[in-house]
Amino acid sequence: MGSAPGEAVLSAEGLTKRFGALLAVDGVSFQVAPGEIVGLVGPNGAGKTTIISMVLGILRPTAGRVLIGGIDVAAQRSAALERTNFAAVYTPLPGNLTVEQNLRVFGLIYGVKALSARIEALLADYDLTRHRRTKTGVLSSGEQTRVELAKAMLNRPKLLLLDEPTASIDPSTARDIRARIVDFAATEQAGVLWTSHNMYEVAEVCHRVLFLSRGRILLAGSPAELIKQHNAPNLEELFVEVAHEALHPAAGAQ
Amino acid sequence: MRASRVAAVALRYFYLVRGSPVRLLPMIAWVAIDIVLWGFITRYLGGLTRFNFVATPLGAVLLWDFLARVMQGITTAFFEDVWARNFLNVFATPITIGDYLLGLVLTGIVTSLLGLAAMLLLATSVFGLSFFAYGVALAPFVFVLFITGISLGIVGTSIVLRFGPASEWLIWPIPSLLSPFVGVFYPLATLPAWMRAISRLLPPSYVFEGMRAIVTGKSARWDQLAFGSVLSVLYLVAACGLFAAVYSYALRTGLIARYSAETAN
Repeated sequence: MGSAPGEAVLSAEGLTKRFGALLAVDGVSFQVAPGEIVGLVGPNGAGKTTIISMVLGILRPTAGRVLIGGIDVAAQRSAALERTNFAAVYTPLPGNLTVEQNLRVFGLIYGVKALSARIEALLADYDLTRHRRTKTGVLSSGEQTRVELAKAMLNRPKLLLLDEPTASIDPSTARDIRARIVDFAATEQAGVLWTSHNMYEVAEVCHRVLFLSRGRILLAGSPAELIKQHNAPNLEELFVEVAHEALHPAAGAQ
Repeated sequence: MRASRVAAVALRYFYLVRGSPVRLLPMIAWVAIDIVLWGFITRYLGGLTRFNFVATPLGAVLLWDFLARVMQGITTAFFEDVWARNFLNVFATPITIGDYLLGLVLTGIVTSLLGLAAMLLLATSVFGLSFFAYGVALAPFVFVLFITGISLGIVGTSIVLRFGPASEWLIWPIPSLLSPFVGVFYPLATLPAWMRAISRLLPPSYVFEGMRAIVTGKSARWDQLAFGSVLSVLYLVAACGLFAAVYSYALRTGLIARYSAETAN
């Protein structure tokens, strides 16, 4: 059920979302290739979560379309989302189910074959075996993040969407999680769309960065290229500079 | 529609009940209290007259509670996703609206059957209610109430999906609001004309009219029961259509994302 060789795992074509008078996303187009990690960065309100919501089929674009492995999400939602999964800092799994129960419920929803074996493997991979019968809500933030990532890997997605996956966790756990995701993308040849406000993290893991402001892609390129092109000391300084100019264009022009 | 996705929705609720058996109490406690209360009232009234009070008010309470439990079984399973802020997790998966609704309905069936079993046990063993008195008409009675309960449950979930968790208080009184119109405790002839006009649009009205006819020695109006059955199925289709329309609205406006995220940036 993987994508055809060379085919993008994600294609966003002219994605636009308007909420009344507010144009949240304005004709955004981009692709994510197999094995590629793409960072979607930008200031608050730039449209990152709106784009992710449209990719996940929980928000209908005003215009444009999303193709996952060549399948149009609007036309064949279930088929497209079977090859997708996600983890987001603002969507914890139900805290009143145990770790194993959460994985089983979502494994059934994704139609995972040999589910029990897959759960065992993920519990081991994410150091969750001892927590399997613990209610998810009582775990620490780092442990909950690991459960969410284990859930996100259940169906071996060809497209993985991560919305600030390491927010509010300690640097050591964050490093561990980054390593797991990088390894997953490489071994499964999965495309990853990663949003984060941590520019050091983005520079470390992303092959390509899309800098978003006011619903548009302002900059695109590898972290190294962007830093070089804009003569910035690092990605964070570039972020601050571009975000300031995007939000205060008059000040930027002076 | 895929069986594993439907099963996942029902399994989640089973896990919740197993993890916190106190959730069983609302399924059984309130209906048991209703049966005990109405059982003693009917016993008292039965001592004053020769009319079969056990088969009418007590039977009516039992059937009406059954409808309410079916509805509440569905809405409670839905509320578990609201309370756990689980919408985004669920709807950003391959699950379809059909899978999700059927999962909720299955959950509602199981939980309402538990309540029905408790009610039957109490009503028959303590107060001597016999459903054999209703004869074969019991089948359409249960069918109409069951389908209507499912429709109300789906309408309730649509309201909460559309207007947010704060609209919860609108859902629970729905059966109480309908009960005066469907004539649970009195013949529809008792009602003023404008209320009777509404009653004719409510499938349970035909059940309770039929039930009273049987208890007073007449036969149930099969044509009216058939009409009530068809009406209940039409309402079920309409309720599914309403949910689909609200879901479509939620996709257009970002309601589902907002259910899970404090802010959508």
